[in-house]
Amino acid sequence: MADPGRPSRFEIVTREDFSNVTFLLEIYHPMMAKAAKAGQFVIVMEQAQGERIPLTIADYDRQRGTITLVIQAVGKTTRAMQQNCQRGTCLHAMVGPMGIPSHIGQARKVLCVGGGLGVAPVYPQARAYKDSGAYVIGIVGFRNKDLMFWEQRFRACCDELIVCTDDGSAGIKGLVTEGIRQAIGGHSDIDECVAIGPPVMMKGCAEATRPSGIRTIVSLNPVMVDGTGMCGGCRVKVGERVMFACVDGPDFDGHKVDFDDLMFRLKRYNASEQAASARFADGCRMRDPVIAAAAGPQNATQ
Amino acid sequence: MVSRMAAKKKTIRTIPQQRTPPREQDPQVRARNFEEVNCGYRPEDALREADRCLLCPDQPCVRGCPVSIDIPAFIERISAKNYRAAYDVITDTNLLPAVCGRVCPQESQCEGVCTVGKSLEPVAIGRLERFIGDMAITEGWANIPYIEPSGFKVGIVGSGPAGMACAADMAKAGCEVTVFEAFHQAGGVLKYGIPDFRLPNSVVDAEIDKLVRLGIRFECNTLVGRLFTIEQMIGEMGFHAVFIGTGAGYPSFMGIPGESLNGVLSANELLTRCNLMHAREFPSYDTPLQPGRQVAVIGAGNTAMDAMRVCLRLGADKVHCIYRRSAAEAPARAEELHHAVEEGIEFHWLTSPVEILADGKGGVRGLKCVQMELGEPDASGRPRPVPVPGSEFEFDADMVVFAIGTNANPIIGQTSKLALDRRGYITTDESLATSIAGVFAGGDIVTGAATVIEAMGAGRRAARSMRAYLGLRDTNVVYRDGADGIRPKLFGIDLEEHDFALVRLPRPSGDNTPGQPVSTRPGATGTP
Repeated sequence: MADPGRPSRFEIVTREDFSNVTFLLEIYHPMMAKAAKAGQFVIVMEQAQGERIPLTIADYDRQRGTITLVIQAVGKTTRAMQQNCQRGTCLHAMVGPMGIPSHIGQARKVLCVGGGLGVAPVYPQARAYKDSGAYVIGIVGFRNKDLMFWEQRFRACCDELIVCTDDGSAGIKGLVTEGIRQAIGGHSDIDECVAIGPPVMMKGCAEATRPSGIRTIVSLNPVMVDGTGMCGGCRVKVGERVMFACVDGPDFDGHKVDFDDLMFRLKRYNASEQAASARFADGCRMRDPVIAAAAGPQNATQ
Repeated sequence: MVSRMAAKKKTIRTIPQQRTPPREQDPQVRARNFEEVNCGYRPEDALREADRCLLCPDQPCVRGCPVSIDIPAFIERISAKNYRAAYDVITDTNLLPAVCGRVCPQESQCEGVCTVGKSLEPVAIGRLERFIGDMAITEGWANIPYIEPSGFKVGIVGSGPAGMACAADMAKAGCEVTVFEAFHQAGGVLKYGIPDFRLPNSVVDAEIDKLVRLGIRFECNTLVGRLFTIEQMIGEMGFHAVFIGTGAGYPSFMGIPGESLNGVLSANELLTRCNLMHAREFPSYDTPLQPGRQVAVIGAGNTAMDAMRVCLRLGADKVHCIYRRSAAEAPARAEELHHAVEEGIEFHWLTSPVEILADGKGGVRGLKCVQMELGEPDASGRPRPVPVPGSEFEFDADMVVFAIGTNANPIIGQTSKLALDRRGYITTDESLATSIAGVFAGGDIVTGAATVIEAMGAGRRAARSMRAYLGLRDTNVVYRDGADGIRPKLFGIDLEEHDFALVRLPRPSGDNTPGQPVSTRPGATGTP
């Protein structure tokens, strides 16, 4: 597999399911594995008639020549990916690494906060900070114990790890903001905080660090089409300025981001997305027996 | 045929006085479909229109063409019904006639300076070019010259018109050419920007296929700058020369209140969703696009016209064009403006938006505008529009589209050490060479937003400089035998040549069509 000369067909070489909604795909793309840095994202298309969706790079392995994505099946496209993206299949397209890589500076003590799906993309940042010699406090939040993943990976690169669950089934009971308060309480010398997750969680994190003035970086995930600065769909308000998350970000100063604007803009295509999801769910119900019946003979001929 | 015409000289009085109209879809019908508006010429139309060309010796049209197509020569061949020869003449300098015939602003180029146009309507050069381009696609013509490999590797960044034109010229010069494109399909603005009713994507694909037959490789899903840098291309990746034609891209907004409301988007986003991503076929295609019932498009360039007409076809009841200057200053191609008027777009000239009004649910309720009047000329030479105090008014809209131009795309600047100008565009010299040796740039990323043919012209100009840089002879110059006796020749070879790898010999007899070189191996003619 580690043949850097083989061009990528966006082949999925590993699939791992963390729960019934969250799954991991490792995709063979040696060139991208070589170029990727913490904080960057890719845009993928599951099939030729699919939409282009941005996904933050959760990990990259230069030896294996792979890019890792962690995906939550929430909309039509991600649910289709959950159904279709098996080991050995290929994505229709994957382009990247996009966005400005995270700036891993001279910070000596950092908080790396990941909530839900944000847990995966904050991992390369935690690792990069660790490699730069910083003291890394990881804070990861899940709804409950069953949805947890990558605890070991985080323990390997964090000097401290605070696990938060909504129901207290693992770690401390409460949101990641509770974890941030604990960490700030225990350490007065935190230089920086990186928070990745749903907008509402990042907003909470920015508010949690604001009183102590800790520089807080958030990674924004607005609606995008091309990811190269061409469509302007991903524009976000940062302070007084309007920026494009795809080429001016995706990392921004969390204390300046207008999260309410971001959350509003994320709902732009809600109606279409819900319709597509409903149709997809119907289609699955209708198709399932057919697929089951057809699978046998098809496999036999291949 | 040709000799008969030569015998009976055409004059402005003897030619058909009226320009031959193309067949067009009825405005009422076409405003609701994505089929091409202009159905093109039939052979009888083309013959009639070709007859309107005086074949004047002055040939202002050739000088008016950014790529200097030998226009009288191809029109003469149409008159002789030698369509294939007409195609050969065009493809000497322009590889994409079906595209350019459709999207060039001919009225400000070849047709704008046409001799016939001084007294009558000019010859419809664009329509004739398209006629030949379409026929080539139908007939499967492609001029694939014999190419002697030069051993050079050339990388092209961006598969839009500038990149395609440069790629074609470098491939013809024997280089191994790879074109990198960030999108999942090649074609750049021709694919994502220009809608199907003006330039069908199938036409773009047919033209790209010709480039593939020239040996050009297209690598899609490749974001140059981030996947690898320009410096890596000329370093470790072994490209001997690189051309950057990434386009401008980054759309402008006005900074007025309400711009982040849902229902406000750039024309680029609207067009990309609709054209490249097929949002109009949602849910068969997954990309959504919330259609507007009452749409306001800001701007009056070609992109604005495309956006308005796309909105109509997506089912809008009313589409408004908001432009702060008057119709006379509208930068759109005449035909597009004309078509937009025919299709029922409502134009608000001398009007500038001041605020986008919210509906309280995150969407758009309307647009607040102010009347403008024309004042003193500004830096562009056009009268500067100034607001009329107290003239604010509102009207209903549920979708607002900005088509007011673009800024430089920052990716190449972020990831390379190329010198940029103050506004972020790539700085080049006259020959389109950038600050890095072997790296050339052209099109919108150098000049700011312009037209398809200007980008193609820049691509070709860069290719010429690139060949000089690589020490390749200029295969575009046609070397006829020393009959003209002007340039010194040695064994029939132009002494200005600094590389004898490729030698063009005159065709043995008949049509002295340029661009049909007979190439010979080096040594066959002897090296001095």
